[in-house]
Amino acid sequence: MTDTSVQNRHVPDRLNSRAARLFKSWEALLFTVAIAIFVINSFASPYFLNAWNLSDATFNFTEKAMIAFAMALLIISGEIDLSVASIIALASTAMGLAVQYGAGTPELVAIGLIVGLLCGAFNGFFVTVLGLPSIVVTIGTMSLFRGISYIILGDEAFRGYPSSFAWFGQGYIYWVFTVEMLLFAIIAVIYGVLLHKTNFGRTVYAIGNNPTGALFSGIRVARVKFILFLLTGLMSGVAAICLTSRLGSTRPSIATGMELEVVTMVVLGGVNILGGSGTIPGVVIAAFVMGLVTFGMGLLNVPGIVMSIFIGLLLIGVIALPRLWSMTRDRKSA
Amino acid sequence: MIRMIPVRETILGGAILVLLLLIASRFSGFVAPSNLANVFNDTAPLIILALGQMVVILTRCIDLSVAANLALTGMVVAMINVAMPGLPIPIIIVIAISLGAIMGAINGVLVWKLAIPPIVVTLGTMTIFRGLIFLISDGKWVNSHEMSPAFTGFPRAVLLGLPVLSWIAIMTVIVFGIMMARTQFGRSIFAVGGNPHAAVYTGINVGKTQFWAFVASGALAGLTGYLWVARYAVAYVDIAGGFELEVVAACVIGGISIAGGIGSVGGAVLGAIFLGVVKNALPVVNISPFWQLAISGSAILIAVAFNARAGRAKGRIILKSAEATQ
Repeated sequence: MTDTSVQNRHVPDRLNSRAARLFKSWEALLFTVAIAIFVINSFASPYFLNAWNLSDATFNFTEKAMIAFAMALLIISGEIDLSVASIIALASTAMGLAVQYGAGTPELVAIGLIVGLLCGAFNGFFVTVLGLPSIVVTIGTMSLFRGISYIILGDEAFRGYPSSFAWFGQGYIYWVFTVEMLLFAIIAVIYGVLLHKTNFGRTVYAIGNNPTGALFSGIRVARVKFILFLLTGLMSGVAAICLTSRLGSTRPSIATGMELEVVTMVVLGGVNILGGSGTIPGVVIAAFVMGLVTFGMGLLNVPGIVMSIFIGLLLIGVIALPRLWSMTRDRKSA
Repeated sequence: MIRMIPVRETILGGAILVLLLLIASRFSGFVAPSNLANVFNDTAPLIILALGQMVVILTRCIDLSVAANLALTGMVVAMINVAMPGLPIPIIIVIAISLGAIMGAINGVLVWKLAIPPIVVTLGTMTIFRGLIFLISDGKWVNSHEMSPAFTGFPRAVLLGLPVLSWIAIMTVIVFGIMMARTQFGRSIFAVGGNPHAAVYTGINVGKTQFWAFVASGALAGLTGYLWVARYAVAYVDIAGGFELEVVAACVIGGISIAGGIGSVGGAVLGAIFLGVVKNALPVVNISPFWQLAISGSAILIAVAFNARAGRAKGRIILKSAEATQ
């Protein structure tokens, strides 16, 4: 899993200006791609440019993006959580179970959040206290969490959520703006501030770039990582509430494969999968790109599984293309 | 204390024996030789795939695309069989192995030449391969009545008391046992995983070794693709869905360190057999098959925690205690 290639560091005589850096950034490129996709889509399908359709399309990415923000911090710190989709399944199952005992909407929300936090704490315990690699731990908990849902539900489904619970996934704040969009925006701002404007955010970068160095400069590496796992679990809980509320039922196969889309979104947003760099605005734009692409393809009657080919290609492509580009550039200059 | 116990494989072997004894105390029929042969035959695909995965994990990579590779190869050979029922089975097997190896090579090239983290590459190819099955099959099933009798009969044919499927698993174990212990490639795999920098200085090409590890894993996935489709006599988009996790679980349970360089053929086989016994025992002891996912998940966590404890004694002790005291 280690990158053994040694990269030559290029030290420029003069740093680029702030504006130049902004225009040359990954986020700027991504933003251009997003606009291009928007324009192509509006020509490809007559149903695309409709406020209500576009509003519907946001459901494609809002839930995943909520997790992606927390996942971005986790990946920047050099860890990964592949169990997020299974946490959704477990949290949703717990909420469904509570409904059978007559729980109301506030209790359901509390249960969703608490189960998410507990799952995150479970992952965090194995990774930070026992010092195990997060990939294996979360592959294990990916089976375990969803496995518990299967034990509870089998081939049944939970239904009968209270009507007020539908507000989270089906409600509108104003005109076409959904509750989920509002949540998405609030969470994006919170994570943007947390990563880019606080001490905590700086420690996340420090840990991702050099965990040993971070430890010796007084950062509580294990604690920060534990908090990041808690946050990822919590966000999966929030996503579970939204998704369950939107679908109105729980099956153990809920959100299968969503971890892949979340990781793709984070990587597409310019976060280095090996840790150490990445931004929240990048992830926000990546969420829109993925949402627009899947929505556009959906309007053109492309089946879901074919879209997944595209997402897989996107995941590999966004990492491969810059590397190919820099390889050819190095070859020319050499 | 743990150092006193000879090797991890012995502990795991003991755990499997205890498990079998526990089951036998209530249901003696489970340990009858014929049933154990059935359990082994049922576990054969997992054993074959676990060996391929072992090679990949030993080189510090991971291959999450094996199940999708298996399903895509299975679908392709099934469609070839439907189109050309007369094609002899050896040719089908060669096609399956080469197709699987090509898919493994795609993973390998991306890891070797572009230095993309293996987990990202194989998560991506996993969905791409699955999607391709849908594209080539149009979402339709290939059912048993469309396949030729020779095609479906091959893995089930009985040879010296065991089905061909079991024999192929045994052959793979022997070949990999010799390869890992006696060949330059096998030793270089351990070297690459154990210490990539030292491997470079001893003249081993790390990326190339990882590439061939992916090719080996892909080739075995392709072979299993044919065996799987022929044995269950059906091919569709979702066959072996999520099986990659079971394969990784078998390796982790078998004591193969995800950090690379540590592991053995015996461990991978025992890890697979452990999961196979659990899977086959569940219906016998009257536990719902829905428990299986949670059990393999817990087994991964316990095994990885246990292996980490066993290997804790060496290295980086200063750092660990510094981390612990904070």
